[in-house]
Amino acid sequence: MSKLYQFLHETTDVSRFAVRFFSDGLKPPYETEEIIRQSYVIGYKSLPLVGITSFIMGLVLTIQSRPTLVEFGAESWLPSMVGISIIREIGPVITALICAGKIGSSIGAELGSMKVTEQIDAMEVSGTNPFKFLVATRIIATTLMLPILAIMSDAIGIYGSYLAVNIKDTVSFPLFYSQVFNSLSFGDIIPSVAKTFFFGFAIGLIGCYKGYHSDKGTQGVGRSANSAVVISSLLVFILDLIAVQIADLFYEL
Amino acid sequence: MNYKAIDMALPTQEKTMNHRVPAVEIVDLKKSFEDNHVLKNFNLTIQPHENVAVLGKSGSGKSVLIKCIVGLIKPDAGQIRVFGQDVVHLERQELDEVRSRIGFLFQSNALYDSLTVRENLEFPMRRLRLKKSKEQVDQMVYEALSNVGLPNVQDLMPSSLSGGMKKRIGLARTLIMEPRIILYDEPTTGLDPITSKEIANLMNDVHQKYNTSSIIISHDMSCIKRTAQRIVVLNDGIDYLEGNYEELKGSKDKIVRAFFL
Ligand SMILES: Nc1ncnc2c1ncn2[C@@H]1O[C@H](COP(=O)(O)OP(=O)(O)OP(=O)(O)O)[C@@H](O)[C@H]1O
Ligand SMILES: [Mg+2]
Repeated sequence: MSKLYQFLHETTDVSRFAVRFFSDGLKPPYETEEIIRQSYVIGYKSLPLVGITSFIMGLVLTIQSRPTLVEFGAESWLPSMVGISIIREIGPVITALICAGKIGSSIGAELGSMKVTEQIDAMEVSGTNPFKFLVATRIIATTLMLPILAIMSDAIGIYGSYLAVNIKDTVSFPLFYSQVFNSLSFGDIIPSVAKTFFFGFAIGLIGCYKGYHSDKGTQGVGRSANSAVVISSLLVFILDLIAVQIADLFYEL
Repeated sequence: MNYKAIDMALPTQEKTMNHRVPAVEIVDLKKSFEDNHVLKNFNLTIQPHENVAVLGKSGSGKSVLIKCIVGLIKPDAGQIRVFGQDVVHLERQELDEVRSRIGFLFQSNALYDSLTVRENLEFPMRRLRLKKSKEQVDQMVYEALSNVGLPNVQDLMPSSLSGGMKKRIGLARTLIMEPRIILYDEPTTGLDPITSKEIANLMNDVHQKYNTSSIIISHDMSCIKRTAQRIVVLNDGIDYLEGNYEELKGSKDKIVRAFFL
């Protein structure tokens, strides 16, 4: 019972934190310089990891799917099938999970240690609103960077798939490319990009919330970082579930 | 006739011209965290150019007390006036205005560890959006660092500084805003006696040079002796006892004696 109470209590707190972001955090003056710096840290520095994982996913997915399609004599569907999987689901979700791990934990730990060493208080008394400077900038940066990372992940994943197809067949890149894109519609692309904004928002929000409300001591910082990753990863799947329902309503998948 | 009522009725300008307006005035301050009644009924008045030490054992609520003064913690009841202005019910913008006149030296230094020493010092200035040229800012940074005896560490990261140096940089960061009041949270705790003495001397220099009032939280008696004109003992949430160093040293009170052992 107390677990349930705690869960509901924390959910309310997170919602309040989100409301505060929209009411306080988005008010001018904007910390433009800091938003750009955070976007660089969050976006650019995650790129290698996202790139490598997406490449491998594209490659593996293609190799694994091939035998089944061969059995049905439907080998020629390989590019479009893999393309759709990557763009609809694998690209966005892999990117979000990697970022939940990498960005969520680093935001949680960074803000957590700033909290316990009173740096957030110091900022407050020196006339800077730490919520705007630390929290809002990070949430904005993750929300904007996740879609960009996801699109790159899609592109790299598809390239990985192209290489995998070429292990057994020879397909030119333009042909492969047109096969992938002919099978795609707006119903695939728009919801998949749209949901990444929400993934990014969730990762930034949870990381900042956990760090900002970190308990005293170094243990508290560790716990913040850890639960930021766990909760934001879980949230990514929940949001994905909701997104697929909504996309279904609009586009009849 | 209520004295406080008259004071409230005076226009602010007249009050600041009046010499007797205290730098800080705390009346019946109360603060609890759930069942933990930290401050029960605390009173303290600090005159301009006065250094007052607050003495109390660990966990007695000393940090909570000074965090209430700068609005980091909201008290449950009571009044806090800084140069006659009530700070408890201020809106953010007005509060920032008051805060710019208060320097706060944190117990843990609270240097921004992702920024260099120079950037740490520039941070409060940038935030308050003072329109200063780059040369002026450089000059101010240099001056503040020279005042604490560390003019050559501008480009170091805080993590590479010693404990005593961090305290000095923390002090430089508050000095750069030329505060009227400085709140020191355990400025010498965790430092060796020699460094403690240096910090205490530095605090006195600042006191003379900038004509500040201070609240010094400490249980380091030699630091208190050096820096404070008056000592207030915080015990069990109230201003238990006050006096100067000699008076407290001669006190027979068991709680006060414990600090002199
Ligand atoms: N934000 C907070 N939430 C809950 N309890 C708090 C909070 N801040 C302080 N306390 C509690 O208030 C009490 C006083 O804390 P405070 O930090 O003021 O002690 P202190 O006198 O400064 O001690 P020390 O000398 O160890 O720094 C402690 O029991 C602490 O647990
Ligand atoms: Mg303390």
